[in-house]
Amino acid sequence: MSTHGPIATHRTATGIPTGRLAVWWLMASEIFIFGGLIMCFLLFKFNNAPGFEDASMTSTTAGAFNTFVLLTSSLTIVLAHAAAERGDTAASFRYIWFTIGGGLVFILVKTYEYSTKILHGHTLTDNIFWSFYYTATGLHALHVFGGMVIMAIISFDVRKNYNLQRVELIGIYWHFVDIVWIFLFPILYIANF
Amino acid sequence: MGQQSESIVHEAEVHEAHHEQSFLMKYIFPLDHKMIGFQYMFTGLFMAAIGGYFAYAFRMQLAFPGAEVPLYGFVDPANYNMLVTNHGTIMIFWVAMPVLIAAFGNWMIPLMIGCDDMVFPRLNRLSYQVFLVSALVLILSFFVEGGGFGGAWTSYPPLSAAAEYNLTNWGASLWLLAVALEIVAFLLGGINFITTTMNARAPGMGMMDIPIVIWMINIAVILFMSSVGPLVAGAVMLFFDQRLGTSFFMPSGGGDPLLWQHLFWFFGHPEVYVVLLPTMGIVADIITVFSRKKLFGYRTILYTAFGTGGLSFIVWAHHQFIAGIDPRMANVFVITTILISIPIAEMVFSYIATLYGGSIEFSTPMLWALSFLVSFLIGGVTGIYLGSSAMDIYFHDSYFVVAHFHYTFFPITIIGMFAAITFWFPKMFGRMLDETLNKIHFWGTIIPFNGLFLPLFLVGMAGQHRRIADYTQYPDLASPDLQGIRIFATVSLVIMLLFQFVFIYNFFNSIFKGKKAPMNPWRATTLEWTIPSPPPHGNFAEMPTVYRGPYEYSVPGHDEDYWPQHIPPKSNV
Amino acid sequence: MNEYLDLGLISSFVPAASSFAGDIDFLFDMITIIVGFWFIITLATLFYFLLRFRRREGTKAQYITGEKHSEKVWTHYPHYGVIAFDVFLIGFVIVVWVNVKQTLPANEDTIRAIGQQWSWSFVHTGEDGKLDTEDDVNTVNDLHVIKDKTYHFELQSRDVLHNFAVPAFRLRQDTIPGRTIKGWFKPTESGTFDLQCAEICGRGHTMMMAAITVHPDQQSYDETMDAIRSGSYESHFEKKRQLGPVPLPFTVSKTDKSTPYAIELAKSF
Repeated sequence: MSTHGPIATHRTATGIPTGRLAVWWLMASEIFIFGGLIMCFLLFKFNNAPGFEDASMTSTTAGAFNTFVLLTSSLTIVLAHAAAERGDTAASFRYIWFTIGGGLVFILVKTYEYSTKILHGHTLTDNIFWSFYYTATGLHALHVFGGMVIMAIISFDVRKNYNLQRVELIGIYWHFVDIVWIFLFPILYIANF
Repeated sequence: MGQQSESIVHEAEVHEAHHEQSFLMKYIFPLDHKMIGFQYMFTGLFMAAIGGYFAYAFRMQLAFPGAEVPLYGFVDPANYNMLVTNHGTIMIFWVAMPVLIAAFGNWMIPLMIGCDDMVFPRLNRLSYQVFLVSALVLILSFFVEGGGFGGAWTSYPPLSAAAEYNLTNWGASLWLLAVALEIVAFLLGGINFITTTMNARAPGMGMMDIPIVIWMINIAVILFMSSVGPLVAGAVMLFFDQRLGTSFFMPSGGGDPLLWQHLFWFFGHPEVYVVLLPTMGIVADIITVFSRKKLFGYRTILYTAFGTGGLSFIVWAHHQFIAGIDPRMANVFVITTILISIPIAEMVFSYIATLYGGSIEFSTPMLWALSFLVSFLIGGVTGIYLGSSAMDIYFHDSYFVVAHFHYTFFPITIIGMFAAITFWFPKMFGRMLDETLNKIHFWGTIIPFNGLFLPLFLVGMAGQHRRIADYTQYPDLASPDLQGIRIFATVSLVIMLLFQFVFIYNFFNSIFKGKKAPMNPWRATTLEWTIPSPPPHGNFAEMPTVYRGPYEYSVPGHDEDYWPQHIPPKSNV
Repeated sequence: MNEYLDLGLISSFVPAASSFAGDIDFLFDMITIIVGFWFIITLATLFYFLLRFRRREGTKAQYITGEKHSEKVWTHYPHYGVIAFDVFLIGFVIVVWVNVKQTLPANEDTIRAIGQQWSWSFVHTGEDGKLDTEDDVNTVNDLHVIKDKTYHFELQSRDVLHNFAVPAFRLRQDTIPGRTIKGWFKPTESGTFDLQCAEICGRGHTMMMAAITVHPDQQSYDETMDAIRSGSYESHFEKKRQLGPVPLPFTVSKTDKSTPYAIELAKSF
């Protein structure tokens, strides 16, 4: 429990803890950003912009594997939260690092994907499909990486039995990162254009 | 966790002793919402000076084409485009938003809801720092090779997407980066505002006891957050087009320039309500105090604010009637655009109804608030012309648009800013502004303001198009009458800018030598007037409890004509 | 439509030279009456309240919440009035819009306008009345049409967004690279009118001056087309520009007054 900060931080007229309110708010704004990007992709697709037949060239295996990795990491962060709730800081610390590990695997797979595609000549500027592919997955990967960094910082606090409420908050963020991927995966990997 | 009684007990434990702060921690890296509010305010005022200076330069060019502008230099067409682009961009993103929302929001939200700071002071500080960087990046863009971006604040591609078209390679990207950073700063700041208002209210303050300005600022924050997301996505896409050679908006690569327009205006239209609502809130708080009357229809005003906010999401394509969208779509947007005038009209009617039966004192804040109503009314009704698609065929990208949006934005930003400053100055600085200088500044601003923008409707009716550096080259626009109007407008602007020095003098002189301000010089009911001027660190020596709404003026059966929110009901004050 | 109402508010500034200019001017006049009505009533009420309820010794303000129905009607009824006027207005607007932008009446001729940084190219059909044929006449910044003939226009752009704008026709339409946008107009007055680019298109946007000449009859038009083909044509617009700067209320001294400012600047590009 944190005792620092102004009185304001400790009030909760709505009954919802302030940190949770803030993170949901942040997630809402991120949803609009990614939602906007995905909507632009769909608009181009349904207006028959050139290049969308290249969607068949993304590796569905890699995408599916990444989906599995992210979903599993969402599970581990939930377990970390449960551990924090019951005060088991050692277990919470472990589960947070499993989640970070999942993020790392995700990024490694993406790196592999990017390099194979680029070597085949499908770069950011190849056509509109690839521009979207790299922009959307790149932005997403940045959020994965950012999440990993924040999780690491929180894990060290948790190990010292400090700011345990933040495990739930980073968990919410991580679920959002997961959900964005759940939308990107079908439109970039599965749909046959 | 989170019951009210628990939090009161908790408050006694949490309030720790505060040590003396160094100059650096107090003024440069503050955590206190009041100092952060000042940082936003002074940065915003500084940027307003730059924006005003740009307006001076380009209006002088319009009045006396080709002549050297005193205190500036020559304005060639490239420079002209840079001036108008950055004037608009600065005024909206670096003046209106930081002063109205960030500065006064930061100052007033904790004070008016009765708590000691924002819930996330470090996030608050970070949001200002990001904002400051955005301002510096924008200023940097003026000095790079090629000069500042000149593609208008709307930044339509393909012009904005390719350096070979806009000829301001780095200027365009730095401009875009500055806007993106400003958006991030306000997204971060918005988190604080919403969570503080929702959660940190004093015990007893229900949703309907919140002063309307706080509601308005929060609705504005919600509107901003919901509308800016797609634009952020679009800005990333535009940045990639500029720097990495993608073709999101370039037809030659399969892209669509119109997509940017939709993304921009989907944000751009709610954005005008993002800046309007806080000023409407400020005006409401002022007219209640100076007419000693309860706000007429608090709930109605709230619902119209929500209605306007909601409707603002479905009007955007009225900026694109003749942009090449399917003409059938235009009809939908005519209907929604004309309809949005309805909740706003109801809001304005409610404000006027507040004055009925009042006891009106024409203090300077009240003069500003009233002039807002009159000027914004002009802006609002002229919007009807532009929302009518067939009329817009003639007026699109003409000076009628310029006059319309200045009759909305100027009242919102400048009049709203002066209303708020003259009203809350005593609280913020513990001193009173000189009332004579206040009034001189008021009239010296309002009269030239109308002298500047009213004639622009006329040149718009004459078909004068926008963003042109020299109208004397167009035979139909080069008549002595029209040029005379341009000169008149420019002279009005210069007079108006000169009168701002009266304000600058009054402002700084009063900070140091003004009459000491009492705790509640306006005899107002809201919580910020129950603490010393200026408020101490932590604001309230004893956290208040709230017993009634924020506008209990002239309550029958009371000796005093105001009944502050924090006075327990049994006492007869 | 402006047989019904013609306050001449816009036409006092700019001649109404197309078949739908009158409709648009009518709309302006009608909107002015509608909003003018509400504007004056609202302002009058505001100023009346300010006068009547100004602070006076011994008089206290009233306590009115605005939550009671009897109080709310005072804002609701004007509110319904605004709605009624709005609906009325929307009807007229849509009718005019459909006529100008959603219909394409049968045409007697076609012109093509191609915007680029920073000039307009125009393609006239020549005698066969068809574009993209041998006898097309190409001009720069100088469009020719004939009075009372219905034209289709095709708008294109070579680079960025431009806007084909003829105030005298009350016509504006963006041009988009990669697309051809079609529309129509029918000139009803002869003369030479400004043709503007009304969408910022870069540094030379200021300089994209062009002119449209409406010829009173076929003969005058044909003479001009022949002169253009043979190279002996000097446009009215060029002539005006060569006359130098227009006399203004007061001129500011420049080092060399003989060349119009625009031409001086053009040299710097």
